[in-house]
Order: sequence, then C-alpha cells, then structure tokens
Amino acid sequence: MADYAFGNPEIVEEEVDILIIGGGMAACGAAVEIVQWADSDMKIKLVDKAAMSRSGAVAQGLSAINTYMGENDPSDYVRMVRTDLMGIIREDLVYDVGRHVDSSVHLFEEWGLPVWKQPGDEGKKLTEGGKPVRSGKWQIMINGESYKWIVAEAAKKALGMENIQERVFIVKMVNDKNDPERVAGAIGFSVREHKLFVYKFKACLLVCGGAVNVFRPRSVGEGTGRAWYPVWNAGSTYAMAAEAGAELTMMENRFVPTRFKDGYGPVGAWFLLFKAKAQNGAGEDYQTKNADMLKQHNYGNHAKGHVMGTCLRNHLMMHEMREGRGPILMDTPTALAKLAETMTPKEIKHLEAEAWEDFLDMTIGQCGVWAGENIEPDKEMSELMPTEPYLLGSHAGCAGIWVSGPTDLPGVPKDWSWGYRGMTTVKGLFTGGDGVGASGHKFSSGSFTEGRIAAKSMVQFVRDNKDWKPELATPVSELVEEIYRPVKTYLEHKDYTTAEDVNPHYITPKMLQFRLQKIMDEYVAGVSTWYQTNARMLSIAERKLQMLKEDSLKMRAKDLHELLRAWENYHRIIAAEAHMRHIQFREETRYPGYYYRADFLDLDDDNWRVFVNSKYNKASGEWTFRKVPYVQLIK
Amino acid sequence: MPTFVRTDKCDGCKGQDKTACMYICPHDLMLLDKDGSHTGHAMKAFNQEPEQCWECYSCVKICPQQAIECRHYADIVPLGASVQPLRGTDSIMWTIKFRNGTMKRFKFPIRTTPEGSADPTVGKGKPDGAEIGKPDVLFDHDLHACDMSQFVNG
Ligand SMILES: Cc1cc2nc3c(=O)[nH]c(=O)nc-3n(C[C@H](O)[C@H](O)[C@H](O)COP(=O)(O)OP(=O)(O)OC[C@H]3O[C@@H](n4cnc5c(N)ncnc54)[C@H](O)[C@@H]3O)c2cc1C
Ligand code: SF4
Ligand code: SF4
Repeated sequence: MADYAFGNPEIVEEEVDILIIGGGMAACGAAVEIVQWADSDMKIKLVDKAAMSRSGAVAQGLSAINTYMGENDPSDYVRMVRTDLMGIIREDLVYDVGRHVDSSVHLFEEWGLPVWKQPGDEGKKLTEGGKPVRSGKWQIMINGESYKWIVAEAAKKALGMENIQERVFIVKMVNDKNDPERVAGAIGFSVREHKLFVYKFKACLLVCGGAVNVFRPRSVGEGTGRAWYPVWNAGSTYAMAAEAGAELTMMENRFVPTRFKDGYGPVGAWFLLFKAKAQNGAGEDYQTKNADMLKQHNYGNHAKGHVMGTCLRNHLMMHEMREGRGPILMDTPTALAKLAETMTPKEIKHLEAEAWEDFLDMTIGQCGVWAGENIEPDKEMSELMPTEPYLLGSHAGCAGIWVSGPTDLPGVPKDWSWGYRGMTTVKGLFTGGDGVGASGHKFSSGSFTEGRIAAKSMVQFVRDNKDWKPELATPVSELVEEIYRPVKTYLEHKDYTTAEDVNPHYITPKMLQFRLQKIMDEYVAGVSTWYQTNARMLSIAERKLQMLKEDSLKMRAKDLHELLRAWENYHRIIAAEAHMRHIQFREETRYPGYYYRADFLDLDDDNWRVFVNSKYNKASGEWTFRKVPYVQLIK
Repeated sequence: MPTFVRTDKCDGCKGQDKTACMYICPHDLMLLDKDGSHTGHAMKAFNQEPEQCWECYSCVKICPQQAIECRHYADIVPLGASVQPLRGTDSIMWTIKFRNGTMKRFKFPIRTTPEGSADPTVGKGKPDGAEIGKPDVLFDHDLHACDMSQFVNG
C-alpha cells in the first residue's frame, strides 16, 4: 500500500456518463430532474467543494423566492428583465425559465419550504390556489432559513449519496484528445484527504456560481468576508468554461447592489413591502430631484414608465455621493410609522418580526451591525451603500456563458440553438444558474429550473453519443503535476527564509488575491474610482493582470486549505480578466450605476445594442471578440 | 462577524472523524485542532481564517454543543452585541442582544414536513420517455400558461 501524504496524493480515476460540478441551486435542480429521464445504466455523479446542505449562495437561506410567475404571463417577465438589464438579453432563455419556473417552486413547497400565504389562504398550497404574499410583482415571501437544506435533501435522495462527493474542488476541464471543441473530463482534489480526482465523462454540467472577491471589498479587516454575494463563489464557472474554449457573453456586466451599509442586508422588502423611501444627506428625495439625469447620455432609453434598470437607480444615488451629498439614508422610521397608522399593536409587532426575519433568513450579519450600533429601524434611519462589484448571471446581472436555447419559440435566430438546450459552444459542456449569460433575474428558483432543463438535454446528449469514448487531451501525470505545483513549490522553498510567508520563490494565495483586488479596484471601475474607468486605465490593468497570471504559477500551498485558496484565486484571475477585456471592448456606458466608461459616457444603442461574445485561447492567452445582434422576440 | 468557539463548550464532536462544523462550513473555515498545536486547546475547533467568514451561521446552527458564536466583525461593529440562534427541526429561535442591552426574540418556522421526508418525485410517476425532446416539458408537467400572442412573430 502506497503511503499517501501531502504532496503525494492518491490519484483516483473514474469514468461516468454525466458529471455535475457544483451543488448549488442549479446542481440540485439537475439532480432532481435527471433521474427521471436517465436510463438505468447511466452513471451520474455530483461533486461539490462544500456540503450540499449549506453550499452556494443559499447557504444562509433566503427570505423570498424572487422569480415566481403566478398570475403573470412569462412574456411580462421577459419585458421586466429586458428593462432591468438595459435592453440586451437573450429573450429565448429568459422566456424558457419563465414558463417553467413555477413548477420548481411547487416542488419546493411540496418538500416542506414554508411559503407565506395571504390571509384566508393559510395552509393552502400554491397548487391548490393558495395566494402567496408578494413583496413585488415577481417575488414571493418564504420562511426560508432551511431553503437550501430542504432542496439539497431532495437532490441527495434523487441521486443517492453514493453518487455524490462533497469537498472536492474542481480545478479544470480537460478537452478531448481527438476533438478540441469538446470536453472529455475534469480534474480536482479533495480538501479533506490526499486524493486527486480525474473524471472522464460524455457530458458535464458546470454550475459553480458567480465570482466574488474579484474586486477589493469595502471592508478592510475581518469584515472582508462580508461580501454581499457568497464569498466562496470564486468564478470557477467562468474560468473553467473559458479555459475549455467556451464562448462567453456579456462578461462586461456586473452587479453592484445597493444594500444597508457594512452588513449588506437586503433592502428589497423595505422598499417593496414596507414602502420605505431613500434620501440624501440633506433629506432630499434624490430620485425625483435627479430624474432628469436619465435624459443625459440616453441612459433612460430603456426605462419604461416607473420601471427602470437597477443600475439607473444606483446612477441617481451615486451622483449624490460623488457630489458630497451623502450619506444616503433609508427612512425606515417614517415607513413603519405610516404602516402603524392603519395597524393594531399586534400587527405592528408582527411587522417588526418580518423586518428582522428578512435579515435573519439571508444576511444575519446585518442584524449584528444593527444590534452592535443600537439601531432600531422604527427609531433611526439606516445608511445605504453600493457594494463592490460581483460577476453573476442569475441575480440582477447577466455575465456568463453563451448557451444553446429552446427550439420551439417563434422568431428565435437559428444560430441561438445548436441542438442541446443549455449546452455551451463546447460539446458536452453544459451550464445553468450563474453560468448562463445574457439572462439575469432567474434567482434561486430560476437557477434550479435551468439545472432541470439542462439535465434533460444532457441525457439526450449522452444517448446520442452512446458509443463515443472520452479521451483526455492532456496526460493525467501532467494534470497532477500542474494542480499540485503550489504544494511542490512550498515544500521545495519553505526553508529558504525564516518567515514562512515572505519568500522570493512564491506568493501566498492571500497576497495574490489582494493584488488582483487592488488592480481591479483601481483600474477596472471598482469602488475607489466610483466605478469609473477608461481605455488608458484598462490597458494598465491588462499589463498588470498579465504579470499576475504569470505569478500565479508561483502560488504556494502549505496545506490542502491553502491549495483550495490557490485555485480559487486562479479562477478569480481568469474571471476578472474576462470582465476587464469585455469592458475594454464595449465602447459605451451600457450600465451607468454599475460602471462608467468615462471616455464613452453615452449609452449607444445604434452601435452597441448587441451581445458581446468572447473566446479565450488558453495556449496563446489571446481573447477574440464578436458582436452578436440583439433580437427582440417579445413585443 | 467571524465565528469563535467557546473552550468551555466544544467537545470536538466527541473525537469523531468528522466534526459537525468542519463538515458544514461552505468556505472550509472550521478546523479541529487535534493536538492543540494551532490554538493551545487540543480537540477543540477554531475558525482558521476569520476574515473569510461570511457569517452564514451554518456552523453555529449545526454545532451540537452550541459552542459556536459570532463576535461581530471588529473592523466594523462596536463590541457588546450578539445574535444567536437555536435551530430545531421545524423552527428556529433567535435571540438578539443589542450593545445597549435591548433584547429581541423571534421564532420562525423553517419547514412544514419532517426532516428527511422530501420526495424528489413528489409522487408523480416517471414521465413518458418519448417526451424528452419536448422543450416545454419537465418531469412534473407543470408548465405555466403562455400567451403566444405576445411574441413579435406570435
Ligand atoms: C445575499 C443573497 C441574497 C439573495 N436573495 C435571493 C432571494 O431573495 N430570492 C431568490 O430567489 N434568490 C436570491 N439570491 C440568488 C440565488 O441565491 C442565486 O441566484 C442562486 O443560488 C444561483 O444558483 P447557482 O446554482 O448558479 O449557484 P450557487 O447556488 O451559488 O451554487 C454554486 C455551487 O458550486 C459549488 N462550487 C463552487 N466552485 C466549485 C468548484 N470549483 N468545484 C466544485 N464545486 C464548486 C459551491 O459549493 C456551490 O455548491 C440571493 C443570493 C444572495 C447571495
Ligand atoms: S461542531 Fe461544535 S462541538 Fe463539534 S467540533 Fe465544532 S465547535 Fe466543537
Ligand atoms: S459562519 Fe459560515 S462561513 Fe463562517 S465559519 Fe461558520 S459556516 Fe463558515
């Protein structure tokens, strides 16, 4: 028996039909759906870097399901998403989510997720006509502390724990030996045992969420973990897909949510359910005051009536902050007092509990901030602040991968679908949730739904490729060498200096992350420049990122935990580079309030109402771009 | 608000291979200090990278000894407050203590069915395999009504 140790891992090779990479909402949707269609001899496996019951963006739970059609038609949903994302979305993909998403929510309720009902309908399920409590046209309220726990339970049961491997971090996809446009495998390592996993497969679903901590966060110390989006989603989806040669789309898009300052607690229920209003430091309603700003630079082009893009609301607010008229405050006391006018004390008590539950169900840290600062929302206003940028494709953002759409909707360009729904431009590589670009606003329910849709077409793909055998383009020994390089580097050089962390032969993953964050923050429109950049700044970022990528070969890992951090940060660098290159390519300001090209401040529909798609050539390090015309499908 | 482990309460999950907190943390932060070489407290867990903690409370909720609590991010929050849950099988109780001593308690339901009872197929039989190619079908046949006249080419 070989003696496996740190730096000398056991290599486990396994061949399956389908590998699901990630254990979040999209992955759980795939797990539940796939067993319904798969042939009994199909081998399906799921790997997650964490434990499914609490992995991904829903780890804490959620207080609302943000995508539920109910009485609305899916076409109306498409219109909302189009407006919010400034006129450029894949309407075929959004519609497809819209028509299927309620069925997923019905499954959640059946499994045990408590969905709030209107008075009189308590205890009546949605499928029995129970009317949900809406906090907006598309959102329904839930008691969602155990949302992920419940959904993961169903997914685990569907696949069987023997087909699930937790605590395995996937580092890279491996292309096929005979067809470079195809994936044949993936490689990763256990963060618990000295084991390296090499999977071969016919198809895989890459659903590792979005990218967080790519930009320098606003917090400086312990608080740097308090990103709004989950700090552990490290851009693995985008990085691995890009390296495998998949076409990305709209990676210039980002999400900069405005949230309660420091704790990043949700504001949606406060605005929508409690009807609270925001004001500037002088007590002015800046939204009304600055309404004319939407006429400048064509920014209001896609705003329809009172519905306007989330970025535009940021735009009006940031103007006040840049002009020195902060802080921005949410007037919670007035909102609560107004509601109290028509309510009994008992109802008010209930309302207060609801307000706290909104935080406790999904951003517990915000309660810590309020409790620590003695803030009671009925007595004192709270500061709002736009966060550092995040890359994601499922919340109010649309960065991601270009995927094949549904084939049955009228008016869809032929080249938007190439056979298998949810497949990227690389054969056998599918994605969902945060991975799918140009179709935001899926949220938890829509991401789960996209996993289901992709699962079904993966089964078809595997059947159609029954006799095909995957062969890895890179020998396993080379892959192992690469993945364990940070460990080798550490073991080889650690005794060169007296201080373990300061060594000319290597860089710690933590410092690599700081460097990335500083570059992105200062040159690629982070918080320190109030989200502004220009061509000159971007060219500096390009050079600095190149050197950072070179230095990533010198990452060190002193234990398995640090090896995890090393590869997460490598993924962050590739995702960051994609973001930077896309911003460089799009010579306009499409998302004012998310970022500004200060050298192209106009929103330019004539030249830029197009998808921007990119491809990365891993061997040469080059990016190529193309514009793909936007096509309107829904009136 | 990074987590901390109380020396008086943590029992290292009684020396099992997998401690509950290590098992659950989505960011691989909790670590059992088997020999005390990291912390001076053998067989007790600790948060190995507090500045990476999302304060998601997954470890706090799962610890069988209630040994894990949070001390709010020191670079942001004044000292003295605490937010502590007690999670049961169908509900969760929260106790929030303000810096000035104000207390708030809330109890919320978390689940309407017994733990472990979720049936992934919700009792519906297998779908007809011939429908696999239909884009408007998922296994539970629960498609939303679609007003096709809303399409430009509808
Ligand atoms: C604070 C917050 C509030 C939100 N509010 C709402 C709301 O109110 N309503 C709503 O509907 N939605 C909400 N969302 C959005 C929702 O959570 C996401 O849209 C959804 O979880 C995305 O699903 P996903 O499967 O793409 O990613 P995730 O659910 O994040 O899953 C990613 C998975 O990939 C795994 N992983 C990552 N990298 C690797 C790797 N390299 N190898 C192996 N595994 C890996 C992770 O462990 C995880 O299991 C919110 C999200 C956040 C963070
Ligand atoms: S779960 Fe609790 S008791 Fe178990 S090791 Fe962690 S802190 Fe200690
Ligand atoms: S609170 Fe969450 S992120 Fe922090 S240590 Fe516990 S499980 Fe990990």
